[in-house]
Amino acid sequence: MKISWKEYQKDIADDHYYYARSCIRQNFFPGSEAAFLHILGNDLGRDILDDARHTSCTGIGYHSDIVPLDTIMTVVARQFALMTEAGYENFVSSCITSFGIYSEALEMWHEFPEQEEKAHEYLYKATGREFKKPKNLAHTSDIIFHHRHQIAAQAKHKLINVQTGEPLKVVDHIGCHYAKIFPKVGVGGSEFPYVLSGMVEAWGGECIDYPERRHCCGFGFRNYLVQANRGCPVANSKKKLESMAPYKPDFIVANCPGCTMFLDRWQYAISEMEGTLYGQDGHGIPVLTYEEMAGLVLGYDPWDLGMQLHQVAVEPLLDKMGIEYDPGAKYLGKNGKFIGKPEDSLIGCYTK
Amino acid sequence: MGKYFDMLMEDVRMKEGLTACMNCGICTGVCPSAEFYNYDPRQIVDTVQTQDDRAIEELLKSDTIWYCGECMSCRPRCPRGNTPAYIIQSLRSLSQRLGFFVYSEKGRQQLALKRTIGQNILNTGYCLMPKLIDPELHPEQGPVWKWVYEHDRDVFERFGDNYRQEGPGAVRKIDDQSMAELHNILKVTGCDDFFDNLEKCSEQKAIEMGFNGADEEYFRYIYTTDNGSHQ
Repeated sequence: MKISWKEYQKDIADDHYYYARSCIRQNFFPGSEAAFLHILGNDLGRDILDDARHTSCTGIGYHSDIVPLDTIMTVVARQFALMTEAGYENFVSSCITSFGIYSEALEMWHEFPEQEEKAHEYLYKATGREFKKPKNLAHTSDIIFHHRHQIAAQAKHKLINVQTGEPLKVVDHIGCHYAKIFPKVGVGGSEFPYVLSGMVEAWGGECIDYPERRHCCGFGFRNYLVQANRGCPVANSKKKLESMAPYKPDFIVANCPGCTMFLDRWQYAISEMEGTLYGQDGHGIPVLTYEEMAGLVLGYDPWDLGMQLHQVAVEPLLDKMGIEYDPGAKYLGKNGKFIGKPEDSLIGCYTK
Repeated sequence: MGKYFDMLMEDVRMKEGLTACMNCGICTGVCPSAEFYNYDPRQIVDTVQTQDDRAIEELLKSDTIWYCGECMSCRPRCPRGNTPAYIIQSLRSLSQRLGFFVYSEKGRQQLALKRTIGQNILNTGYCLMPKLIDPELHPEQGPVWKWVYEHDRDVFERFGDNYRQEGPGAVRKIDDQSMAELHNILKVTGCDDFFDNLEKCSEQKAIEMGFNGADEEYFRYIYTTDNGSHQ
């Protein structure tokens, strides 16, 4: 069983994608969504539709238990209807929560066909639209994973420490809703997820296997969204960070927009609360999206990728990879406009 | 069968989530919330499978059902094919339908979630927008987010985003027709009524607790209060 899941590959469409954006990713990692579309369209020559008409899947509301099941299933049905009308069959979600929601809809409609009938009826009544289910459902990281060798062939930088020649040590954080709900929808299933480590290996890095590798980041929807509950998520992130720190990771790459943000922000909160820094040489551990990791490998400017929006300074990683960057351009706005810069903090400051 | 169990079984997630629990406790062992809270999802499944009305009503009125973070880590681990988190989703839906959520501190927080995430969906078509993540309510976001928040348009347009404009792109304004369709979906599928019931039950509870109703003061109270009994 161990071997079969380790070798498990899901079907991932090769071209012609309908793209659904993420509430969290577009807020906190706007450069990543832009980079994904640029990499697909320009570097890989793939066709991908960025449709203005789709809405949130409402997944954060659903998992906070304020959006009923019938509602979210009908919102999903509308997204599929928009894909159908645009002439696409391959649906790509930029968010792990959404990906879990779309997977849940498809599985539920398969197991309980009367629920699918209900979704058709509700959607038609509310919008006059009809939908077909996608032939292929993928998360955006699946698409990057699928093209990892083509990206490696175009690489300007490798995941290698240019000073030592050693592979960079990487923590991969998968995000619970990628494959814990439905193992078959994730590369490697829920026990041996390979979607990020496959990229890391293809681009020259080395993944760290540490005790809490599969532990949740702690987000827990209502456990973060309500201020009184935030002890729970920070405690769980702290558990992960303490578990990985002895292995001296050069960076974390995360699959889920929420996990990426929380593993970054909780490092800030912990550093402010107790002065702990989990990285090396008095720094935090940079937390990257897989689009940022792919973008750096392809030679994109880190500030075009939006890495200045991280709270944990990313410059130690850029230096290790031998990436040139302009420190003075880090916090400039559109067309080089000066818009001030964030206040200094223990974990956000970087001096060479 | 008990009436509450019958009501729960109307939810398809119960059919998928509950087979027969043998009380092994692996769900509790792997649960991130159980590491933090005085919380044992195994007991929830065990209580529900008794089908006992009194025990289930007590559960529906308790803090216990509100600790789960719905990460679903329990789902692939259960050797009997149960999904405690699905059962909890069903319990939470029923607790809110019956107005039982206002009996517990954690349950009362549902109004705060409706007024933040729910209102964001109604107003913008997204669960989150930059201007809705106020650094004052989110000090853990740190100074970089505060800078983004204060310079939102300049920052987002830096990445070519279609910031609050119609048309494709990130953080865009969703067009009127799409918003109307979303609102119709919320109405047709019962989400509007669900929201109204959350408000109505919270209003009554707020007055009972000595507030002038479910006003801003009550919102702040439920959003920030932790009575210290949960760990």
